[in-house]
Amino acid sequence: MAGVLVFAEVGEGGLAPIAKELLAAGRPLAQALGEPLVAFIAAEKAGPLAQEAGAFGAQQVYVAEHAFLKDAHPDYHLLALEQAVKRITPSAVLLGKTPLGVTVGPRLAFRLGVGVAQDVVSLKVEGGALIAERPVYGGNAMARVALRQKPFVATVRPKAFEPLAPQANPSVAVQSIPVSLDASSVKVKVLERKKVEATGIRLEDARVVVAGGRGLGGPEPFQQLEELARLLGGAVGASRAVCDAGWLPYQYQIGLTGKTITADLYIAVAISGASQHMAGISTVKNIVAINKDGDAPIFQEARFGVVGDWKKVLPAFIDEVRKLLQR
Amino acid sequence: MPLTIVVTAKQVLDPETPASALQIDTARKRMVAPPNVPPVVNGFDENAVEAALRIKDALGAPNVKITVLSVGKSFALDVIKKPLSMGADDLVLVQDDGCDGLDAFQTARVLAAAIKQMGPVDLVLCGRQASDWDQAQVPLALAEFLGLPCVHITKKVEVKDKTVVVERVLPDGTEVVQVPLPALITVSNELGQPRYPTLRGIMASTRKQPIIRKLSDLGLNPADLKPKVELLDLYIPVRQKKCEFISGDNDEEKGRNLARRLREAKLI
Repeated sequence: MAGVLVFAEVGEGGLAPIAKELLAAGRPLAQALGEPLVAFIAAEKAGPLAQEAGAFGAQQVYVAEHAFLKDAHPDYHLLALEQAVKRITPSAVLLGKTPLGVTVGPRLAFRLGVGVAQDVVSLKVEGGALIAERPVYGGNAMARVALRQKPFVATVRPKAFEPLAPQANPSVAVQSIPVSLDASSVKVKVLERKKVEATGIRLEDARVVVAGGRGLGGPEPFQQLEELARLLGGAVGASRAVCDAGWLPYQYQIGLTGKTITADLYIAVAISGASQHMAGISTVKNIVAINKDGDAPIFQEARFGVVGDWKKVLPAFIDEVRKLLQR
Repeated sequence: MPLTIVVTAKQVLDPETPASALQIDTARKRMVAPPNVPPVVNGFDENAVEAALRIKDALGAPNVKITVLSVGKSFALDVIKKPLSMGADDLVLVQDDGCDGLDAFQTARVLAAAIKQMGPVDLVLCGRQASDWDQAQVPLALAEFLGLPCVHITKKVEVKDKTVVVERVLPDGTEVVQVPLPALITVSNELGQPRYPTLRGIMASTRKQPIIRKLSDLGLNPADLKPKVELLDLYIPVRQKKCEFISGDNDEEKGRNLARRLREAKLI
């Protein structure tokens, strides 16, 4: 049994960002165990993905290619990963906290008869155990958990780890793994995919995010937030209350069950800062809060705060921003 | 035979409790709320109850039977009976000292044993995760224990001719999938608000008593329910950030001053 295996998901035009983050998360574990850092890629055609995994830190790459692995169907990916893990027998398996990872991870662990640490933000190997930290109670507290039985299985929160700087000419051993996938054993059939086309900058990638909360009172004020986001070259987001109320589609939701953002500047307008919301902005460097309630929890996390009525603060703020930026 | 639906539900600390009022019982490694804040049914589990009730609305009440199932050491009966007042038919509680502090894997094992004892079940609906430990593991392990196909994090669940058609929530849209029954589906808040209990529902639920099961009734021994994930420590992180409040004679001036300050800090 050897190796720290990263379940490397495929994104648009290459490895998904989470795959690179997992390689960064896995490297110190591999070093502590004295074992190689291994990537497993399940795709229709892996092509240059294996080299990319090598560039981001994988010492050994296993590739399973199959037509059924074209899309992120959890059942096929689970079958492929299960077969790969049984063959490679790694000491640890790391997955991302993505729609695919959170579905595959616990079921893989179950099938291997081990536990799984979900949504972890830190990992280390100590005394033969994997020690992981994970936010609980909607982000109000942290739990430190231990997995003692190998393989250790963990799903890692996106953006919790910074990818390693890519190497120019990685020396990586690539090995193909045959997987047998039987369509008749998979009962979940995909009928239709409805993609919501994102307009403008993706929330997850935006350097500036302007977000609104329940305190805005309705969908109309988001036009002002859009205007501010446009001035700052950023994207608009929202709290869960806004999406639950139907003011904006769920693609805008930031938080524990929504999107995790990594903006440099986050402007929260009429967002109180419930912990499940804060879970989505935990790595944002500069939080600016505008809220009429000076005791709102968002101010505990904010670098700059304005206690006031957004209806008065926001238009004046936008005007001044426009003037300063001469736009 | 009516369509048999089991909805799993967990009693949790009210997530709306202000963070400042929360405390950690370090010995039991548990978060405790002030005594005046009652627990609630996990919000995602209420979404799952709502999904079951919509199926019942669609197929007609006599054709669907909804049983709510919960596992715990003790329950606030008025809280855990809420699904009954929303319109569920039965409530089964696995109530046992041995159910205190179970990890997700063992909770799923207890749920699976209770469901197997109920006889054939067509559909198991679960909330996507519990708002206390946020693990999102129990439903997936439960599906494995029961050998059921599973669709995770959905916003729409419809039963059509011995299959269930569901809409999965994905970051960039949705995916419609079809699964033959029996199946297990987890439900997310995108399904929409759970209905409020009606007065009639509340009256009916007060008359209904939960069916109580012990671990021994399910053929389980507490000594066998050892956690696979060991909780070492639970703590509230120390936050040291200091907020710089922007001053001004009125709200408009504060807004202008904020823009100037952000410019000065080279943030815009």
